[in-house]
Amino acid sequence: MPGADKIPKRSLFLTLADIFDSFAPVIWTGGGCTRCQKFLTLPRNRVMFRLSSNAKLVLEDGTVFRGRRFGAATDAGGEVVFNTAMSGYQEIITDPSYAGQIIVMTYPQIGNYGIALDDFESRQPFLSALVVKEISRITSNWRSAKPLNDYLFERGIPGLEGIDTRMLVRKLRTLGALRGIIGDAGVSDEVLVSRARAIPSMAGRNLAIGVTKGQNYRWDADIAPINRRWQQQDLFGSSGQRRQHVVVIDYGVKWNILRCLVNAGCSVTIVPATVSSEEIIQLSPSGVLLSNGPGDPEPLIGSVKTIQELLGRVPIFGICLGHQLLGLAAGGKTYKMKFGHRGSNHPVLDVATQEVEITSHNHGFSVDAESLPQNKVEITHINLNDQTVEGLRMRDVPAFSVQYHPEAAPGPHDAHYLFERFTAMMKDFHDKGISDA
Amino acid sequence: MPKRCDLKRILVIGSGPIVIGQACEFDYSGTQAVKALRSEGIEVVLVNSNPATIMTDPEIADRTYIEPLTVDFLERIIARDRPNAVLPTVGGQTALNLALALHHEGVLEKYGVEMIGASAEAIAIAEDREQFKKAMLEIGLDVPRSVLVASLGEAQAFAKRNGFPVIVRPSFTLGGSGGGIAYNSEEFDTIVHRGLGLSPVGQVLIEESLIGWKEYELEVMRDRKDNFVVVCSIENFDSIGVHTGDSLTVAPAQTLTDKEFQRMRDAAAAIMRRVKVETGGSNVQFAVSPKDGRLVIIEMNPRVSRSSALASKATGFPIAKIAAKLAIGYTLDEIRNDITKKTPAAFEPALDYVVTKIPKFAFEKFPGADATLGIQMKSVGEVMAIGRTFKESLFKALRSLEAVKPFRPVDMSKAKLSAALATPSENRIHYIVHALELGWSIEEVGRLTHIDPWFLDQIEQFAALQRDIRTKELRQIGDLDLRMAKEFGFSDRRIAYLTNCEEVDVRRLRWERGIRPVFKLVDTCAGEFESYTPYLYSTYEQEDESQVDDVKKVMILGSGPNRIGQGIEFDYCCCHAAFTLREEGVQSIMVNCNPETVSTDYDTSDRLYFEPLTMEDILEIYEREKPDGVIVQFGGQTPLKLTIPLARAGVPILGTPPESVDLAEDRERFGEFLNRLKIRQPAHATVRSLEEADAVARTLGFPLLLRPSYVLGGRGMAIVYGKERLHKYLTAAFDAAPGQAVLVDEFLEDAFEVDVDALCDGNTCILAGIMQHIEEAGIHSGDSSSVLPTYMISAGHLEEIRTLTRRMAIELGVVGMMNVQFAIAGGEIYVLEVNPRASRTVPYVAKATGVPLVKIATRLMLGKTLKDLGLTNDLQVSRYYVKTPVFPFVKFPGVDPKLSPEMRSTGEVMGIGEDFGTAFYKAQLAAGLRLPSSGSILFSVNDLDKRNALTVARKFAAMGFTILATSGTASFLGDMGVEVVTVAKVSEGRPNFVDVIKSGQVGLIINTPLGESSFKDGWAIRTAAIQHNVPCITTLSGAAAAVEAVKALRSGNIHVKSLQELHIDTTKVEAAGLLKE
Repeated sequence: MPGADKIPKRSLFLTLADIFDSFAPVIWTGGGCTRCQKFLTLPRNRVMFRLSSNAKLVLEDGTVFRGRRFGAATDAGGEVVFNTAMSGYQEIITDPSYAGQIIVMTYPQIGNYGIALDDFESRQPFLSALVVKEISRITSNWRSAKPLNDYLFERGIPGLEGIDTRMLVRKLRTLGALRGIIGDAGVSDEVLVSRARAIPSMAGRNLAIGVTKGQNYRWDADIAPINRRWQQQDLFGSSGQRRQHVVVIDYGVKWNILRCLVNAGCSVTIVPATVSSEEIIQLSPSGVLLSNGPGDPEPLIGSVKTIQELLGRVPIFGICLGHQLLGLAAGGKTYKMKFGHRGSNHPVLDVATQEVEITSHNHGFSVDAESLPQNKVEITHINLNDQTVEGLRMRDVPAFSVQYHPEAAPGPHDAHYLFERFTAMMKDFHDKGISDA
Repeated sequence: MPKRCDLKRILVIGSGPIVIGQACEFDYSGTQAVKALRSEGIEVVLVNSNPATIMTDPEIADRTYIEPLTVDFLERIIARDRPNAVLPTVGGQTALNLALALHHEGVLEKYGVEMIGASAEAIAIAEDREQFKKAMLEIGLDVPRSVLVASLGEAQAFAKRNGFPVIVRPSFTLGGSGGGIAYNSEEFDTIVHRGLGLSPVGQVLIEESLIGWKEYELEVMRDRKDNFVVVCSIENFDSIGVHTGDSLTVAPAQTLTDKEFQRMRDAAAAIMRRVKVETGGSNVQFAVSPKDGRLVIIEMNPRVSRSSALASKATGFPIAKIAAKLAIGYTLDEIRNDITKKTPAAFEPALDYVVTKIPKFAFEKFPGADATLGIQMKSVGEVMAIGRTFKESLFKALRSLEAVKPFRPVDMSKAKLSAALATPSENRIHYIVHALELGWSIEEVGRLTHIDPWFLDQIEQFAALQRDIRTKELRQIGDLDLRMAKEFGFSDRRIAYLTNCEEVDVRRLRWERGIRPVFKLVDTCAGEFESYTPYLYSTYEQEDESQVDDVKKVMILGSGPNRIGQGIEFDYCCCHAAFTLREEGVQSIMVNCNPETVSTDYDTSDRLYFEPLTMEDILEIYEREKPDGVIVQFGGQTPLKLTIPLARAGVPILGTPPESVDLAEDRERFGEFLNRLKIRQPAHATVRSLEEADAVARTLGFPLLLRPSYVLGGRGMAIVYGKERLHKYLTAAFDAAPGQAVLVDEFLEDAFEVDVDALCDGNTCILAGIMQHIEEAGIHSGDSSSVLPTYMISAGHLEEIRTLTRRMAIELGVVGMMNVQFAIAGGEIYVLEVNPRASRTVPYVAKATGVPLVKIATRLMLGKTLKDLGLTNDLQVSRYYVKTPVFPFVKFPGVDPKLSPEMRSTGEVMGIGEDFGTAFYKAQLAAGLRLPSSGSILFSVNDLDKRNALTVARKFAAMGFTILATSGTASFLGDMGVEVVTVAKVSEGRPNFVDVIKSGQVGLIINTPLGESSFKDGWAIRTAAIQHNVPCITTLSGAAAAVEAVKALRSGNIHVKSLQELHIDTTKVEAAGLLKE
């Protein structure tokens, strides 16, 4: 079984070394690479469009989609999921929450505007592979720094184009998320099916530990330049006030969460997922943000414990995986959804105001509404498409969370106000602490 | 928030006649809105002057008024029906302006009518450029630098400061009428001058030019809880400088990063809030600099628009319907998404396909018009196509345009091709393909066209494949290449052209190799949820989602893009066919590619295929669906001309047998047919050379009526009075279509024309309406006002017309509808033309008689007889119904607006009255010609018309009008005892009649073409009339009708009545179930 040995090592389990400790492009060697190099020497980095299929995506149920490679010419396996956002592929592929997954973009033409320096959500793509209907041969945007194809190639991420992505999406919608593998056209379907079936399920795996950065760091302009063009409001150094210090527990944090916190007037320290509550308290935070991250929250037992210890001692804001962890810490349960929510167009109802926000989503697990202790937890937000829990608030302690992504990136900015809500909560807590004292 | 309970009765204002910039998209949005309101138990009062609309069908609203859209008439309706509110946002600029006028004149306040959907304040901010600019700057958004001026001097000062090019936009004109781009001070002065004259408020906006910038539009909605969604983003293929209505546009946006897109979304939300659009849909236009991403706001419309119709079709999100529900108090989360049924309307549609819209132009109708595209809209219709890639959707859209002869540039010099690329035009897209196929670089083409390289790269892929296919024979094309060609959007016809074979050969090869399209669903959600609405498009991929039902079903072929001669009337017919099939329990399958229409609303038919109306596309749908029959007679010429090829391919055609269609379309065979029936027709011949033509001219004598053998809307028709003109016409015609014949007819002078619509079940025939043209023969029937019933035709002639119509219908075996054009000359009746299909006048006759003709015709096609349907007598009308066309001349400065056999009107209105004069007055008013009740009337007529002019002048003088006339006319009238003031012609110095017209002293102009010699003066009068909006009548029969109209106006006896009241009897017939069996 050629190449089988490297599959699990490379594309499913991302080691810390792979992810954070180098900014250098990762060049993968292997059979497919020369072909890849050839693409790159074509004028304007055009991927040849007249190739017959040279690779395929094989699902665990035996379905085979024949297409053409782009990006790195390697094999990759993972849970196949789809995202319906029509823009923002760069943010999606660099969102650590996609670790271990093969992303199918439902919008058929991807790569049109290339890769822009301001638009990374982390230092590295974390997904296993990208599947599209058509990858753009050229890039067109004044900010474009390089083609998507080149970026994926440098980062060792394979892509597959030229398949009926809508058919694949309809299958995933009907059967739920499936495991799948991208392999060369020459490898037999049976071999690939069995390899797809050998991929561990997302449920029960601690993927966050694989994407979190192993040390504390402070978020500032040196780490990722913040382009003021994209600031919603210019709140830098807001009129000499003391900045609120937010400690972000990094389960796979998206950089835009950090940008939004800075934007809301906070200073930010990022700590690893494995952090203890005492370590956090020592940083004397104004508040703690539980970040997004990949996969199933239930195996993150240590993190849940940490959160439980922090509740009441410091205001907490959870996003996505952070929301699920808060739900678990509050005594609730989570479950794996059929095919999850991934896109930029989900309507979420704010139960209190009865207003609707259009929100950005990326999650395959959800907090079970029935499991939440009603005396302790209030459901604040509901998804209008399927009535799932989208937000909750602790009744007695300053903590709230949302399942969706108020930091957007990609997606609408409707929920940006939650960062203001968090800063207000921290201020209240601080003022109350002063008056209590 | 639930709906408001205080709104019991709502007035909906339609958009009036179809004009450039305001077409049947407002029938679509208005119809949706009315249906939505009524489904909420609200009574709807509807007013629209356009009888060809679905919205004016008596069953759509509770009370339907076909009346002029003026403050005066609206007040009468409001006073009568006392609505609680008016919804002005679904009838285009017309409805918005009218509502604003009603507000300003205190009518709304007087009757306690609330404006819903948009407040007067919101309309004012959005429409007034200066206020809008100020509002945008207030909320921190960027706008193009500009200044609003009321004089040339102020304008020049701005140009001096900012340099050229600059854009000039007159205030408050429709579709940017009268605007332009000036590249130098000379052009600048001309355009500013014209703009100041055209603007009803005498102001123009002078603006920094954003030429070369990218243009985007967002279609957005907001409800009263401040929920906001973007329904669709649209990226223009053409850069700023081409009116968005004339631009090729693509949905969704292709080259925006998410950050840029969200920045636009934030801006749109802020604009909605600032302009205070409390509820409903709006569109916001943006420009983005390709160099540094600077984002400026161009404009916003606080109403549904052409783009919102496109967005609704592109996404499956029915903007107008939802806007209507929001206007009565619902919020987005309370409204279901019709397509997924389970999710709410509070979401943003996700597309998993690419949509391309291409405008349809009619420059061939307006020789002399400037065919360069600019900021003033010139297109008359549009097509939309859906594909899984831009390439596929672009080329599907191009073939949807139904070019008679595909435009394929060859052998152009480099300089010529460069110029063609640099000038925005109807055919520029073909030059782009050509240049890229020749190997021009994307950079070079991009530099010349300012088109985004991403689009050009997509076209280059197509062009590269085209270059390759061209070198091959059909059978040499490999499977992979052929499949790729189909994926890229190559039509069979194009492949046939490239490989020098027949389209049918390509199809055969494709089918042999199993290269067939699949059909996918438009579902609003990119496949995330199950869809319950069969809204389909074809593509070349793996999975087919069409899920064909095994039931009795009929496929209706639509009429494609609106164009002059084929417009909304045919969409009306197709919709009615679909409604009838539903009533009869037969599944209806609609095929059409026009995003503006009601027929392409997924609610209209059971299954909708948004596909080009070409043989290839129709056959693929047919093969997939296998319907029991196909209806070709309601979509105008587009489907009719496919009758024979489809029948040959084994497709069962419903109704009139294909051989009869062919017979009626073939002029030579039809001539023989009439001879056999001993029915008189003008002497005629078919010529293929100048020599043949000369011989024919000797036999028939001049004048002659000439037309190419392919006719649509009178295209290329002309009347010639001498050999020189004859040769000129023929040379041009033979050059344009080598090998095609030209038809030469004896031209009947001083004839009356009569139009007949008839219903026939194959054995019996009844006449639905006999309409008399008000203008004499020689003017295209579509351009002539007509009246139902006839008012100057003898009973004997009418009887003969009935007999002839029946004889022809039965001989042809017509099942369904038939239209005949007769001429009466010298006491004899001639048949000019027979169309074995529904005609342009069908909706007008249906509204006048109160009988749903198409519903009957559809039932006849399903096998019912007229007797079964209780119809044994010809239909009668009890009042006068006048149909009057409207023309786009104001958009085409330099084109002579005189009427001719070449159809040039874009739409029509109807006037209803107890007498002819009232009906004619209302029709003229609805068409924008306000006849005077007193004042001066200017006469300038040719010698032949002088005697008739005398009668008219005397009648006007008797009513107290001052008669002005040019020298010749004046001396004749004076000699005959009419008190007349002589006015100088342009050639006779100043002040001349143009000055008099400008000064506003003239209330009506009667001008008949003066012949070649004084052509210039005639032209000058007519253009001055158009520019200063003075009614100008160019025929004496029209002038005689105007006398009656003015009499009626002076009598003050003008009333309004709803269709439901007018047709209470026929409504009863329907209620008794006679029509429904």
